[in-house]
Amino acid sequence: MIGTRSRWWLYVLLTVALVLVITPFAWMVLGSFKTNAELRQIPPTWWPQNPTLDNFTQLFSRLSFGTYFSNSTIVAVVVTAGNLLFCSMVGYALGMLRFRGRRLIFALILGTLMIPGVVTFVPLFVLVANLGLVDTLPGLFLPFLVAPFGVFLMRQFVLGLPRDLVEAARIDGAGEFRIFFQVILPLLTPALATLGILTFLGSWNNFLWPLVVAQSNDTYTLPVALALYSTGQNEQQYGLLMAGATIVVLPVLVVFLIFQRRFIQGIATTGIK
Amino acid sequence: MSAVTGTRRSAPQSTRAARKAGSSRPPGARREERAGWLLTLPFLLLFGVFTAWPVIQSVFFSVTDITNRDLRTPFQVNFVAFEQYAKAFGDPVFRQAALNTAYFVLVGVPLTMTIALAAAIALNTGITRFRAVYRLGFYTPVITSIVAVAVVWRFLLHPDSGLVNTVLAWVGIDGPNWLGSTTWAMPSLIAMATWRNFGTAMIIFLAGLQAVPQQLHEAAAIDGANAWQRFRNVTVPVLRPTILFVSVTTAIGYLQFFEEPFVMTQGGPLNSTISASMYTYQQFSFGNYGYAAALSYLIFLVIAIVTALQFRFLSEKED
Repeated sequence: MIGTRSRWWLYVLLTVALVLVITPFAWMVLGSFKTNAELRQIPPTWWPQNPTLDNFTQLFSRLSFGTYFSNSTIVAVVVTAGNLLFCSMVGYALGMLRFRGRRLIFALILGTLMIPGVVTFVPLFVLVANLGLVDTLPGLFLPFLVAPFGVFLMRQFVLGLPRDLVEAARIDGAGEFRIFFQVILPLLTPALATLGILTFLGSWNNFLWPLVVAQSNDTYTLPVALALYSTGQNEQQYGLLMAGATIVVLPVLVVFLIFQRRFIQGIATTGIK
Repeated sequence: MSAVTGTRRSAPQSTRAARKAGSSRPPGARREERAGWLLTLPFLLLFGVFTAWPVIQSVFFSVTDITNRDLRTPFQVNFVAFEQYAKAFGDPVFRQAALNTAYFVLVGVPLTMTIALAAAIALNTGITRFRAVYRLGFYTPVITSIVAVAVVWRFLLHPDSGLVNTVLAWVGIDGPNWLGSTTWAMPSLIAMATWRNFGTAMIIFLAGLQAVPQQLHEAAAIDGANAWQRFRNVTVPVLRPTILFVSVTTAIGYLQFFEEPFVMTQGGPLNSTISASMYTYQQFSFGNYGYAAALSYLIFLVIAIVTALQFRFLSEKED
């Protein structure tokens, strides 16, 4: 195709693109160490002139970013655990076991795969309000414990497992639940990893539902707190906002960099199915 | 070519059929039936309460005059038939929001896909050094919170102390007040969304490109086809299912764009960036639940139609 000699311009092009893509993150992290005055300077500075941790200490001492951080973490962990457990159970049942109604259930799941959150949030809010869960953490995570996408992903994976595995375990006298938890679940590890990372990220970055349900400092998640803070009277607190954005982005960035290989493979496989 | 994709896609079905035909009904059929239902039950319960029921109820809400005063008695409300829907079509702000959303989708989706495909092809031309680094870098914005990056972009686009206008000034261009201008605010949001989202499409395109047979490219090159002709006649046909998938998922996401205007412009200036989702949320927060439900159903309807249209025009053509 393209000869080796003409490739240098490809590297130039890709490198320029890479710099453009990464610059906002560098700007964000560097900005979080600048003072408000420096952030208003014209022209702007690149490296912080007087690096300070003031923004971060203020976020955690004066504002409740510690609470928001733990809320985001609790919700994301519970949602991820719920999806891993329930979706793999259903994915296994639908992909391996024969029981009446399984086709209907799968059709139902496929049918709701594409239903966007914007369609259900109004009645969901009324429901959660009547359950007394508005402005509580369960109100934030209960509606997301299962997702059609997770079932779809796990079922696809289970379809690739040999049925003899289950039958051999039955002959050995293992109960159905033991077969699932001790034989099947360990084999699902790659799919569980993909689903786990996707679900965690989705929950961590989720915005519309927490914006609707969380109504006080005790229940705000990080994106909600940051969005409300950035559009309210603190719009001009540039240093705090840059540090806040860094706190939202950096943890997932680190997790992503550790697991990136598996993660990118996961995205690719969900795409071409 | 179609044979290649054809066999690949039918593989799971044929193994399933073989499994079905090969093994006779095992002795523990009743046990299996019971296990199947028990394993599915928790999911069905949660799914029924928090997804299926709200979907049904939102139809009901959208034909009533329910507001936040009816929160405790959501069934004692007046039936108003399609009044809420009629109201939506006559509402100038919603019409503006619908137009803005169309603008965002019609420019944003092709732009995102073009950049993603260009990046995927560039990374697939056999470059070996730093390939993983580029791929990782391009993908990174995808994992980040839109709210957080929107906050950062607001500063990047700041008319005076922003990085964008500073760099433009180096080459003698006096950059506009991006987010404060009715002309430039929407292109700014589209630029940010493209930056944030093209990585996903790129990864999927990269996976799709693995299915393009190298020999076909070589044969076409020997026959004298130039790079564009090879792209058009060799790559695109094989990639068609991938293009369909990417365009459907990107469009579904973009039709609901919400965080970008919420954080960067609050829908302004002069409603020039308010989106359909954002307006729906606003009506909800004003307490107009019935109206918000109707608006959300309209968005859903448009998503369904757009998806159907894409399947109609982008799926593999029978030769």
